[in-house]
Amino acid sequence: MIEQWFPNVNWDKMWQATGETLYMSAYSTVFTFIFGIALGLLLFLTNPGQLWANKITNVFTGAFVNIFRSIPFIILIILLLPLTNLLIGSMRGPNAALPALIIGAAPFYGRMVLIALQEIDKGVIEAARSMGAKTSTIIFKVLLPESMPALVSGITVTSIALVGYTAMAGVIGAGGLGTLAYLEGFQRNRGDVTMMATILVLVIVFIIQFIGDFIVKRLDKR
Amino acid sequence: MIQLTNVHKRFQLNRSEIVAVDDVTLAIEEGEIFGVIGYSGAGKSTLIRLLNGLETPTSGSIMIHGQEMTTLKGAGLRNARQKISMIFQHFNLLWSRTVEENIMFPLEIAGVKKSARKQKVKELIDLVGLTGREQAYPSQLSGGQKQRVGIARALANDPEVLLCDEATSALDPETTNAILDLLTDINERLGLTIVLITHEMHVIRKICHRVAVMEAGQVVEAGNVLDVFQSPQADITKRFISQVTDTGDTDAAMAHLQEESPHGKLIKLAFIGERTEQPVLAELIRTFSIDVNIVQGNISTTRDGAYGTLVLQLVGDAAVIEEAIAFLDANEVKTEVLIHD
Repeated sequence: MIEQWFPNVNWDKMWQATGETLYMSAYSTVFTFIFGIALGLLLFLTNPGQLWANKITNVFTGAFVNIFRSIPFIILIILLLPLTNLLIGSMRGPNAALPALIIGAAPFYGRMVLIALQEIDKGVIEAARSMGAKTSTIIFKVLLPESMPALVSGITVTSIALVGYTAMAGVIGAGGLGTLAYLEGFQRNRGDVTMMATILVLVIVFIIQFIGDFIVKRLDKR
Repeated sequence: MIQLTNVHKRFQLNRSEIVAVDDVTLAIEEGEIFGVIGYSGAGKSTLIRLLNGLETPTSGSIMIHGQEMTTLKGAGLRNARQKISMIFQHFNLLWSRTVEENIMFPLEIAGVKKSARKQKVKELIDLVGLTGREQAYPSQLSGGQKQRVGIARALANDPEVLLCDEATSALDPETTNAILDLLTDINERLGLTIVLITHEMHVIRKICHRVAVMEAGQVVEAGNVLDVFQSPQADITKRFISQVTDTGDTDAAMAHLQEESPHGKLIKLAFIGERTEQPVLAELIRTFSIDVNIVQGNISTTRDGAYGTLVLQLVGDAAVIEEAIAFLDANEVKTEVLIHD
């Protein structure tokens, strides 16, 4: 029956594109999580009155985050081509999309991390200091665990945005469902291919949201 | 034990300067419960945070166990803090950790081995009366239970000093008393020095040995709790004492009595220590031919004895009333004439 409704779909190509989308989304999510938390912590801790209060670093990090958050992703990919070539050794394929995906998403997520950290009760940080905790202890045993539900729901949102970004990575031949829908579906006027690609993207997004919500529910003991 | 000498703390806030602590000199003895009372903004929160280096003084010296706190930095300060622990008004527990894990946190900071941590946590949970709640999360506990976790956590590294930052202000009266009993118990059993700040005279009266009264950054009065109750010097101290002695409608009752029998004389008696337990009033009535109306009476118990006040209206011959007052004075009852007719 599926063959009737989607006569033009080449299933090998479709599964390959799904794999590429998952590959790009998964890798970029992992690195965005790491770099975003680092950026968010740096923004938070260099704020006035915080443990590493430092105006210059704070302003500099803030500016970096704002600039890279503002550049449209499609332009960012092109701007980063030389860097990509240096890092990956190629300007094409799914791997070549990763630097742009991560650099585009990490500052966005960094802002979310900052908001999550600001939600932590200041008294808890003070309590940890009063016990003689080092800054590293405060980061790994207070700040991150206490903000974890917000950090996870933030990375869920970011991860879903990254699935969307991967579609644009088609311009450098990164593949994925977005490229397939555009080249095989739209340009060849095969609506069923576009439809199938869209359904698969939706399924991926729903699964990510479901996993994210599930983890947040498990983590949140408030 | 703890010696503060000429301690000042000024904050810079939008170009204007705020003096939070203004030339405070205090000595706190080993093993005592020392209370600091003041209204919000009096500088007591800043004062207590100076003791564990959460705030650094603008000038002055803070010695704890012969160690100058103001020059400590880095690892030295962190190690000193493990021996000067703190509990908080809003408990400040980690919601992501269970009761057991919260109490374990300071032990992790101190680098205690896991098996020793388990053992210590078990002892502390027994000490504060939370047996059976080890695996609960703070959100599943009542306010009093949360503060018990806070106390257990503060005791984990066997501190020498316990700082209590309005530790009972967020609790209902019954829970407050239970927590105060626990603090007294800890003080007696472990010989721990406790410094507490509060705005409730009840807390001072119930558990403190000595008290300092703070107003606008300065210590305006300090001494033994009973002495301060007996003869408060500063106006603010009198206001705090009336928190625990006045019922609130005394003034109305007195005005009413004056209208009813304008020839009486209103006096306020203050009984201290053993005097509160002796029948002075019965003797007074038997000896002198005057009428005695009791307007208001109150007994407060402090750690070092009871303190009572009694407001009486004496009606009768003026000369006899004078004699009666002289009798009371002779019996070591402090009298104060409130209203003459």
